[in-house]
Amino acid sequence: MDVRIIEAFRAVVGDDGVIVEREQLRTYECDGLTNFRVMPAAVVLPSSGEQVQAIVRICHRAGIPFVARGSGTGLSGGALPVEGGVVIGLARLNRILEVDIPNARVVVEPGVINAQVTQRVAPYGYFYAPDPSSQSVCTIGGNVAENSGGAHCLKYGFTANHVLGLEVVLPDGTLMQLGSKSLDRPGYDLTGVFVGSEGTLGIATKVILRIVKRPQIVQTLLAAFNSTDDAGAAVSEIIAAGILPAAIEMMDRLSRDAAEAAVKAGYPDADGLLLVELDGPVEEVELLMEQVSAICTSCGAWEIRLAQTEEERAVIWKGRKAAFAAMGRISPNYIVQDGVIPRTALPRVLREIERMSAAAGLRVANVFHAGDGNLHPLVLYDQRVPGQEQAAEKLAFDIIRLCVEAGGSITGEHGVGQEKKKYMSAMFAEPDLETMQLVRCAFDPARLANPTKVFPRPRLCAERSGPYQPHPLEVAGIAELF
Amino acid sequence: MNPQPRVIANELQSIVGAEHVREAEPPYPPGVVMPLLLVEPGSAEELALVLRAARDAQVAVLPRGGGTKLEWGNAPRSAALVLSTRRLDRVIDHAWADMTATVEAGCTVARLQETLAQHGQRLALDPLWPERATIGGILATNDSGTLRVRFGALRDLILGVMVALPDGTLAKSGGRVVKNVAGYDLPKLFTGSLGTLGVIIQATFRLYPLPRETHSLSFSLEDVAAANRLMLAVLDSPLAPTGLQLRVAGESSPQLDVRFEGVAAAAQMRRLLALAGDAEHTEAALEVWALRESLWQGQEPGLVCKFSVLPADLAAVCEEIRRVAGRLRLRWSVIAQAVGVGLLRLEGPNQEALAAALGVLRAEFEARAGSLVLLHTPPDFHGRIDVWGDPGDALPLMRRVKEQFDPAGILNPGRFVGGL
Ligand SMILES: Cc1cc2nc3c(=O)[nH]c(=O)nc-3n(C[C@H](O)[C@H](O)[C@H](O)COP(=O)(O)OP(=O)(O)OC[C@H]3O[C@@H](n4cnc5c(N)ncnc54)[C@H](O)[C@@H]3O)c2cc1C
Repeated sequence: MDVRIIEAFRAVVGDDGVIVEREQLRTYECDGLTNFRVMPAAVVLPSSGEQVQAIVRICHRAGIPFVARGSGTGLSGGALPVEGGVVIGLARLNRILEVDIPNARVVVEPGVINAQVTQRVAPYGYFYAPDPSSQSVCTIGGNVAENSGGAHCLKYGFTANHVLGLEVVLPDGTLMQLGSKSLDRPGYDLTGVFVGSEGTLGIATKVILRIVKRPQIVQTLLAAFNSTDDAGAAVSEIIAAGILPAAIEMMDRLSRDAAEAAVKAGYPDADGLLLVELDGPVEEVELLMEQVSAICTSCGAWEIRLAQTEEERAVIWKGRKAAFAAMGRISPNYIVQDGVIPRTALPRVLREIERMSAAAGLRVANVFHAGDGNLHPLVLYDQRVPGQEQAAEKLAFDIIRLCVEAGGSITGEHGVGQEKKKYMSAMFAEPDLETMQLVRCAFDPARLANPTKVFPRPRLCAERSGPYQPHPLEVAGIAELF
Repeated sequence: MNPQPRVIANELQSIVGAEHVREAEPPYPPGVVMPLLLVEPGSAEELALVLRAARDAQVAVLPRGGGTKLEWGNAPRSAALVLSTRRLDRVIDHAWADMTATVEAGCTVARLQETLAQHGQRLALDPLWPERATIGGILATNDSGTLRVRFGALRDLILGVMVALPDGTLAKSGGRVVKNVAGYDLPKLFTGSLGTLGVIIQATFRLYPLPRETHSLSFSLEDVAAANRLMLAVLDSPLAPTGLQLRVAGESSPQLDVRFEGVAAAAQMRRLLALAGDAEHTEAALEVWALRESLWQGQEPGLVCKFSVLPADLAAVCEEIRRVAGRLRLRWSVIAQAVGVGLLRLEGPNQEALAAALGVLRAEFEARAGSLVLLHTPPDFHGRIDVWGDPGDALPLMRRVKEQFDPAGILNPGRFVGGL
């Protein structure tokens, strides 16, 4: 990278905010999806919105692509650097700027860790609802970019439902406000578009969040079944009864065994485990929990545990929360897949996955948000065995295709990123993708913000009237600048 | 823009059939005097072809559903062709076991709800005039009602859309499942875009069960500050109301309506009464939840505005409305939801006074990070004041979005924020 550019970055963020040494850059060469790696040309660590803006301006003038990064826990390669580009790390923008309890709003910088928001408002009886399993490490900025979900989004919704407004730096360095603390600000819902855009429309430098009042009580039930089919039938009946649990999670035999090996949660020795959480007013939760329990029994549950205290609930959740990481106990390597199907397709899709897994000679563990049909099949393999990694990748892809064929989606919460670009065409036709990219052309016609992600093929943006002129990629621009 | 839609009449007839092209009957949107041509496509493909023909001939298009909100937005700079979604009115799929439904834009809200009710479900939204308002229309205007405090707005309920763009592209975005993060969220972009980016053809929503029990109470409070306090106390409690509505008008005592649904409705009602202390209350009739519609009628010519503020500011803005209306001798009435979104009716014989009140109040709302948007005016009032207010610093970006989706500028030209 041109030293003048590095110097320009240093002038903005100071020497300790710019990383160019190879060894240090290594930390940033991948996100949570470690099989993709690219060494960035530089990493810049701003500590304010103004600094982000200054950095982006430099990139824009010089035509240098940039990738925003929160904690790097993304699972689709969203924060994977682009060749010759800059990584803009937002960890230092970590202040909670405003807590407004009467209006249930919190304003944060993007580097704030998800769990810190809840910690901050818990004394007032509130919480921040989107709760990805990675919540103790991932950032709100990353959540915004991925539209992250969590176990409780069945009832409470996703990040998009809890972000009311943003301050963003557009890829040309313009800083602007989208949305606001009050609802329905006149104009297009650009906040809604920015959330889930995976860093391709600019960088969020402030986020206005909605927080939620804690429910009066929470109860969690754990039911053991002889098969995931039986457990799946119980899920369908619970929903059909008009009950909307806060969470419904399912684990199959393999995930249960792995979780047990890892954290000794004391789960029943079952082929299908269902975890159902209800929250709300006492009378409602107690009554509905009886119904849930009866439904589970009628669907073949042979053991039911009901957790009523915080401690008992923590025990039940412990195994579920550890499930991904626990795979390390039973397999040297694994791929975490993320697909969605209509809930009713669950039994059929699970049987098909079982068949495909047997045919490929690879084990697949299933842990998922059963209430909203969000599957997380974990394809287990051993990298040391020649050909197995490729076979695992193929199986993971086939599972996604199966989800799409069942009327679902290629990703429920982990995003498209680098990994699933090539699957986009399985779900969307060319005109759909072209139309989405009109948004990109409006935000980032020069394609500098995370340019290689999400879409399988970039759309060439027609040039239109307006102040923006796409930047010529020649060096002359840089020379003029400094 | 070509003011004469007849140049493409033949072409339109060949696309949709001669019987589906005719002169549009009034009412026309404000500012429009020329008779308009009306076209009623019978399929997504026909609709897309109609749009492309209009684009090629530079004919301005006014998409229309039930026609209940034609007066919302600025007067269009040009309108020649009314594109009605009347014939696209099917409920395509009610996947009740998945709690989703896919419906065409021209289906009325009421008919969708009737269909969903057969399986004990609903779209958890109660917009204005459900008998006539269509799905496409409520999406384009982002209308919402009293259920919002619990279930959110359309942006929180919509899962997917199919739209037609002026170049004839038919595109889908989102999906039919409740969870999906693949690609940009065009369902949210189109929600509230007032037909300026494309025409919504169908949409998929997440559904909720119909409640088995419903209880509503109305409290009568001594002043609006007390009503706002009780509202905030309910929000800050573990109670889970599905309706929380403030009604204030002139000198009568403010009312706070509260609704609970579901198996614990009665128990929650009891706890609410404990929370409310000795506030006077009565069992509320179901009609209180549709009273917003009454703001379109009055004794004298009037304005209706949609406003938005932070919930804790509701009392203060009502007091400000009282002051301004008193000074200018206007009658006023507010119906606001606890999320901070509400409707204001201001009425009086003097149009200057109405315009002045609007100016002062808009400044007050905007100073509180809120907004005030004009929805309805006396016949000759339109044009006196900007309908939308301050669009903020994102307007240039919104303009670029508009230019990308509708480069020829044929869709509702000028009707949206900032003249988009
Ligand atoms: C063990 C584990 C469990 C997980 N569980 C869940 C789960 O339950 N649900 C779920 O949804 N996800 C889950 N994830 C995925 C991941 O944690 C989320 O996607 C998270 O939101 C990423 O946050 P981050 O700060 O790590 O972002 P990063 O990985 O650093 O970045 C993610 C994307 O956001 C962009 N970005 C970051 N900050 C900004 C910003 N300020 N402005 C614009 N773009 C920005 C990046 O460019 C990138 O595209 C899990 C991951 C792990 C490792």
